[in-house]
Amino acid sequence: MQPCAKMRTVTHSPEQTMALGETFGRLLGRGDVVALIGDLGAGKTVFAQGLAKGLGVSPDEYVSSPSFTLVNQYKGRVPVFHVDTYRLASETEMVALGYEEYFDPNGVTIIEWADKVRSLLPERHITIRFKLLGPAIREMEVELVGSWPTQQAKEIVEALGPFMNSK
Amino acid sequence: MMLILGIETSCDETGVAIVENGRRILANEVASQIPLHARFGGVVPELASRAHLRVIAPLLRSALARAQCSLDQIDAVAVTAGPGLVGSLLVGVSFAKSLAYVGRKPLIPVHHLEGHIYANIIVDDRLRFPFVALVASGGHTDLIECRESFKYRILGRTRDDAAGEAFDKVAKMLGLGYPGGPVIERLAAQGNRRAFAFPRPMLSDSRLDFSFSGLKTAVLYCFDDLRKTGDVSERIPDIAAGFQAAIADVLAEKARRAVVDTRAKQLALAGGVMANRALREAIRERAGCEVFAPPIDLTLDNAAMIASAGYYRYIGGHLADMTLNASPNLRLSDN
Repeated sequence: MQPCAKMRTVTHSPEQTMALGETFGRLLGRGDVVALIGDLGAGKTVFAQGLAKGLGVSPDEYVSSPSFTLVNQYKGRVPVFHVDTYRLASETEMVALGYEEYFDPNGVTIIEWADKVRSLLPERHITIRFKLLGPAIREMEVELVGSWPTQQAKEIVEALGPFMNSK
Repeated sequence: MMLILGIETSCDETGVAIVENGRRILANEVASQIPLHARFGGVVPELASRAHLRVIAPLLRSALARAQCSLDQIDAVAVTAGPGLVGSLLVGVSFAKSLAYVGRKPLIPVHHLEGHIYANIIVDDRLRFPFVALVASGGHTDLIECRESFKYRILGRTRDDAAGEAFDKVAKMLGLGYPGGPVIERLAAQGNRRAFAFPRPMLSDSRLDFSFSGLKTAVLYCFDDLRKTGDVSERIPDIAAGFQAAIADVLAEKARRAVVDTRAKQLALAGGVMANRALREAIRERAGCEVFAPPIDLTLDNAAMIASAGYYRYIGGHLADMTLNASPNLRLSDN
């Protein structure tokens, strides 16, 4: 089912991180959920900006941090929900917010600080773990979690190939 | 005499206020104050719309009691229609609609940022159109040209983190807790602002947009480097001072340019970040024009500012009907 469940790469500038996000964004479709995990400054928002670009969100729309509003919505080739659980104390608060509506089968959902709401993530999603290795150097580990249609998984692995070192 | 009831639930503060003729505050109740937490039996959970729902009716009763008036005496209901968190906004909008419908009162939609700007008009009627407003909070960093009543033009906004968000996140990295604004301001006053040279993002860019994400990361690198060499606790005031100075420089310089570009004669400061006195002073020094700033409690989210903006909208005939809905992405130019 999954030709390669985990892949890793290193970027050396915010521009590279954004380009990787953009490549990734082009491969996503309705119902996909991308869980971003990593510390402050690890590159999650820059990557999310790239994803939005790849999903066809207009450059006039600033994909700014949703830490305060918890969710920003953008119009791309599919609706894009950019969720951030940074300010939530617990999964219970996410439940109280009616989070199910953000895992919209018609849109793509990007969740920052997804580790805080792990048990609420849909069975099938993509996890990306960010690690700051040094000034401007970031490691990203991509994992396809759950049962992915072979074709889409293959496309993702192939398109990310140039960026990735398989593990 | 006209009494406007204002309702604000766009984020994590529930606010109900009663304001007379747009400027005289009779009641301004906010459900994040400590006495209110005690009265409602616990801390209001952050951002949960259910928390708004729980406190909004008791807050209305307490506002009416404080203003010594009855619901019948209220002339119109003003409510924040957006932007904000949809679930939170919905509580306020539905509550306002119910009151307006049952009491047959006019319903007035107000933009949250417009409310922040009108906080200045409550306290000082010398502010005259056209002017420039700098709204900086946990969720916004916007430079806005206010050309005439309810005619706005966005001159610049943040491309990533809001200024208040940068304060909160840097405070968290430094282990200073939440919210970050007050504690960083206090520590910065004891530190040397020149000890660390943090970047001034977008300062060399001629546009009036902001970006604070890179500044946050620069503070992180600096802090991590120091940590490797030993005890950093005594350097935290210097880091706080350097960080705050970088934010001050960017806000002050962009505001100054906005004033020059628009030929405005006045600058109005608004939003929770403007509760920071050092930032206010830095902007005042550099603005090159008269600078207005509301008292601290009116820079934070509150409903008096919504009632005030609502009063002026009412006079201008900008009313809503029962189809009014919460608009999480409402733009200033939309309403």
